[in-house]
Amino acid sequence: MNPLPLIAVAGSPNAGKSALFNALTGARQKVGNYPGVTVERHSGRSTSADGRPIELVDLPGAYSLDPASPDEAVTRDVLLGQQKGERQPDALLIVVDASNLDNHLRFALQLIELGLPTIVALNMVDLAKRDGLELDPVRLEQELGVPVISTVAVRRRGTAELQAALDDMLSSPRCGVHKHVKSDLLNLQRRAREIAATAVISETPTRRWTHRLDAVLLHPVLGPVILAALMFVMFQAVFAWSQTPVGWIEDGVSWVSGVASSALPAGFLRSLVVDGAIAGVGAVITFLPQILILFFFILLLEGTGYMVRAAFLMDKLMHGTGLSGRAFIPLLSSFACAVPGIMATRTIDDPKDRLTTILVAPLMTCSARLPVYTLIIAAFIPNTNVGLGIGLQGLVMFGLYVLGIAGALLAALTLRKGVLKGGSGGFMMELPKYQWPSLKDVVIGLLTRIEIFLKRAGTIILGTTVVLWALASIPPAGPGQKQSEVSIAGHIANGIEVVVKPIGFNHDIALALLPAMAAREVAVSAIATVYSLDASGDPDQLDKSLADKLRHRWPLPTALAFLAWFVFAPQCISTIAVTRRETNGWKWPLFMVSYLFILAYAAAGLTYWTAVALGL
Amino acid sequence: MNAHFQPGTISLERLSLGTKACVASINWEMLDPGEAARLRNFGFDEGVTVEPLHLGPFGRDPIAIRVGRMTVAIRRRHAGAIQVVPLT
Repeated sequence: MNPLPLIAVAGSPNAGKSALFNALTGARQKVGNYPGVTVERHSGRSTSADGRPIELVDLPGAYSLDPASPDEAVTRDVLLGQQKGERQPDALLIVVDASNLDNHLRFALQLIELGLPTIVALNMVDLAKRDGLELDPVRLEQELGVPVISTVAVRRRGTAELQAALDDMLSSPRCGVHKHVKSDLLNLQRRAREIAATAVISETPTRRWTHRLDAVLLHPVLGPVILAALMFVMFQAVFAWSQTPVGWIEDGVSWVSGVASSALPAGFLRSLVVDGAIAGVGAVITFLPQILILFFFILLLEGTGYMVRAAFLMDKLMHGTGLSGRAFIPLLSSFACAVPGIMATRTIDDPKDRLTTILVAPLMTCSARLPVYTLIIAAFIPNTNVGLGIGLQGLVMFGLYVLGIAGALLAALTLRKGVLKGGSGGFMMELPKYQWPSLKDVVIGLLTRIEIFLKRAGTIILGTTVVLWALASIPPAGPGQKQSEVSIAGHIANGIEVVVKPIGFNHDIALALLPAMAAREVAVSAIATVYSLDASGDPDQLDKSLADKLRHRWPLPTALAFLAWFVFAPQCISTIAVTRRETNGWKWPLFMVSYLFILAYAAAGLTYWTAVALGL
Repeated sequence: MNAHFQPGTISLERLSLGTKACVASINWEMLDPGEAARLRNFGFDEGVTVEPLHLGPFGRDPIAIRVGRMTVAIRRRHAGAIQVVPLT
């Protein structure tokens, strides 16, 4: 069988390439990896106007075929048919920003020279119009010698015309690929400017929207204030908006475990299913709403173009700690999960800048810490109002985030003064136009996140929870014995306990630390498993929420020390694995794990001793 | 031969906000190859019109500059490598 025609979607960064890819493929997307490199491969199915199936691949944004980053190298190699794991595309769909033709046509001209059947999508014509710029696609078509279609990808406008053009392109016979002639970039740039000038029908000088917004959002005083306010709203929202859906999920989980309990005979199997699988996974998916809300904000910040402005505002401060404003985006993404955050560091050109960012990324409070924080805060911090409608619980949460950030900045500073000395660190970024992202693009982004999170919950977390359940249930406790102490896990934890006792950790925490290496949120399900097993003889206990149980078992200094531990501890196998991949060896991941464990131990210790001294 | 001291030109770093200027010369030696490549990719070139638009809130760094139809952010140090002739 012949493979489907492969069409590569290529273009400069900020041309709206991914939105166009989403518009054409919808939810029929696959995210993979190019072999040997750490660049994501986004592909998807679509149909041309007459319904024939085609495969689209969304290439990383590039300014030219002379790569300045691993991403740009993949783009070049795919286009030249030199990329492992990818056949050479049959045709090209070049996306250019209508209001930035001077720049984007350079890459487009370079791509047209490749001689593949090509269509140019003149994207974001609405934004160009908003800025008073009227363009002539027919003139552009004559100059470029390939079909030009006007589109507004985020509004899904022009996709039907594009599909018709794809149809024409695929139907017309191909006269062999001619040899790639490489023109000088500088000449291409000048030619791009000429063509861009001839394609303009009219240009009304208007005070551009983006400029007006930037006057406020990049204002030396207002800018940072707005950024801080946005961040604060984001974290309050994670708490406030999630309460109702969390309630639904909790009800659902207890319903399922009720059904399972009555359906299964008492004994090993029921214990495995109810106390192992359902209790463990249930405790974790409860936190899906928070993660979704956080990602919703991050996708919105990215989609509107504000994320880069945040980098602009933060650059000088980040520079002061040896990082660049470019590190702000990977680090902000690390608030959701350090794994994509560390992968996003690929946009940082300076190798030492990049390595520093990778090493401190795990200190950003990722969403996997939320379950732990939420549980401990709900159990130990009173839900009172400290005035102005600000809750004490939210405030403590905010404080934990700040602690992580402060730790990261200090660590970066130390690293840049020590092992990662030297390197100036550059900061050069395009500030794209503001635009309202389409809900569909945000939803597609969120669905990808849900899938990743649930896969983790379903595989790593379920796996470790069940193993832990086995370790914690075997051998069964005799009468008068505590299950969490006689089990295999209890004995392993005894060893860990010796080490963590000085910082106020009890046996149950020691028991949770080991499985939490798989993923931090497992700490919650591990504790849940231990307590639901201990309570199995007492129906009253079973009904009480985990938070209530903790409140009766842990002294306050222990709980606070536990929080401090989780701000710093490198408790995530995935992060370590991705660091190994991104740094190409074990040296840096091992360095990262050691320094973070030392920090975590010191922070938990200091917290515990201070709290005890204060008589909490 | 130092392009930096051509008469009538000033460093882009010193150009006041909202003033359009024409790029007279770029001292590529002041930039490392990666930085130079990115500046070229942004369209910085002799004869191009530039206009500083915004300054970073801390230490007036970085600088947001309109180049062609694009707005880009570069550090003060990079702007120092670009000599311009003010147009107004």
